[in-house]
Amino acid sequence: MDTYYKGQHLADFAKISEGSPDLGKKFFDYYGAVFADGALTAREKSLIALAVAHAVQCPYCIDSYTQDCQQKGADFEQMTEALHVAVAIRGGASLVHGMQMREQAKKLGM
Amino acid sequence: MRPATLPIRLEQVAEDLALDRATPRATQSLRRRAAPLATPAAQLRLLKAVPLHTEFDALAGKELRPAQLDVFQVNLGKLCNMTCKHCHVDAGPDRTDAMMDDATVEQVLAAIRATGAHTVDLTGGAPELHPRFRSVVQAAFDAGKRVMDRCNLTVLLLPRNAGLVDWMAERQVEIVASLPHYRRPNTDAQRGDGVFERSVRALRVLNAAGYGKGDPQRRLTLVSNPAGAFLGASQASAEREWREGLRQNFGISFDRLFVLNNMPISRFLEWLQDSGNLESYLQRLVNAYNPAAIGGLMCRNTLSVGWDGRLYDCDFNQMLDLELDLPAGAHIRDFDEPAWQRRRIVTARHCFGCTAGAGSSCGGQTS
Repeated sequence: MDTYYKGQHLADFAKISEGSPDLGKKFFDYYGAVFADGALTAREKSLIALAVAHAVQCPYCIDSYTQDCQQKGADFEQMTEALHVAVAIRGGASLVHGMQMREQAKKLGM
Repeated sequence: MRPATLPIRLEQVAEDLALDRATPRATQSLRRRAAPLATPAAQLRLLKAVPLHTEFDALAGKELRPAQLDVFQVNLGKLCNMTCKHCHVDAGPDRTDAMMDDATVEQVLAAIRATGAHTVDLTGGAPELHPRFRSVVQAAFDAGKRVMDRCNLTVLLLPRNAGLVDWMAERQVEIVASLPHYRRPNTDAQRGDGVFERSVRALRVLNAAGYGKGDPQRRLTLVSNPAGAFLGASQASAEREWREGLRQNFGISFDRLFVLNNMPISRFLEWLQDSGNLESYLQRLVNAYNPAAIGGLMCRNTLSVGWDGRLYDCDFNQMLDLELDLPAGAHIRDFDEPAWQRRRIVTARHCFGCTAGAGSSCGGQTS
């Protein structure tokens, strides 16, 4: 492979079902149902997806959910705030593990 | 007679707009800048040069047939207090060159009295700036028509329009108000810094006059369009969010929301080209082609009258100079409704804007 990430992958994503049509169908049906209007609006779900896309650092998802958020009526401020939620949780998750460090250090130290 | 109902001359309107420092403006008209895309021919050429794998007629040609005439849409002219980046009319405060004259207004009024259409839809520019706006509304109301005013909101705050909202409310005029988004950033990005704040003030004036509170005689419809090269949101879902957002943040209510797509013509076309989005946007429209959107398209049940009296299938065709295909010619003084019923609807590539996604028309989404 000359490069791991290609823009065309996103357009061709549905072809992933070819290896296992049953599982592919189950996944994409589920996926579609997840993002439909429900107790949360489709726009709110799209903002969550955008934040998660950054947390898992998936360029396909970032591309896809940036467009999707805009199309669902989210503006740049809202999208940036959503992103900071992911950043805060990622940073906070590192920092809160510091409590393990702290406990160990206290135990071992004098 | 109240002074406000006296005819006001176009020169005075233009002078008022030249002195207006309160309305923010996002750009200048293509015409004023003598931009390459200022002419319809240049716009059609650019659209035609985009590589697409199909044409509108190949997909929709067989399905798209005239319905009965419901809406008489009159474009009173291109004069506007604003200059939004996405304007499909190339309207602005400099556009006194394209305003309906008195003789044409009289021909339009005669046709309104004769037509079976139930609705008279007034657009522009900002139709409220036309010196004959009130007399057109009054004549249509007297003829028993439902009148719609396609309003940019900020025009209602101009000193010359003091009292206009109450005057329209007395004549049960539906206000169809464009507001790109229920929050500031996307609205100001498209219309100019400060437009959102003035739009909110205008919406408060409308609410205070009884608009937007469920009274069918004082209906306030908001019209949203995307601030960029993507399609409109789902109308039903967006309406719920807008209702909540405008109520919570500003105490504003409205009756319904239309979500439109941006048509790849005029200033939006220029923006698409300048931002490098032209090809991908057109392809997005084609890929999102939705046959179910055809039935509700405005070209089927609307007559579009231009400022010079010429006739079109829709306001977009009007801006591209694509006249009605009628054997006797396409001018309001010769309007022949039975011949209109038999016409072939004129289409070109911009029509993909109306059939993309959930569809897009003067009455909102169509499927």
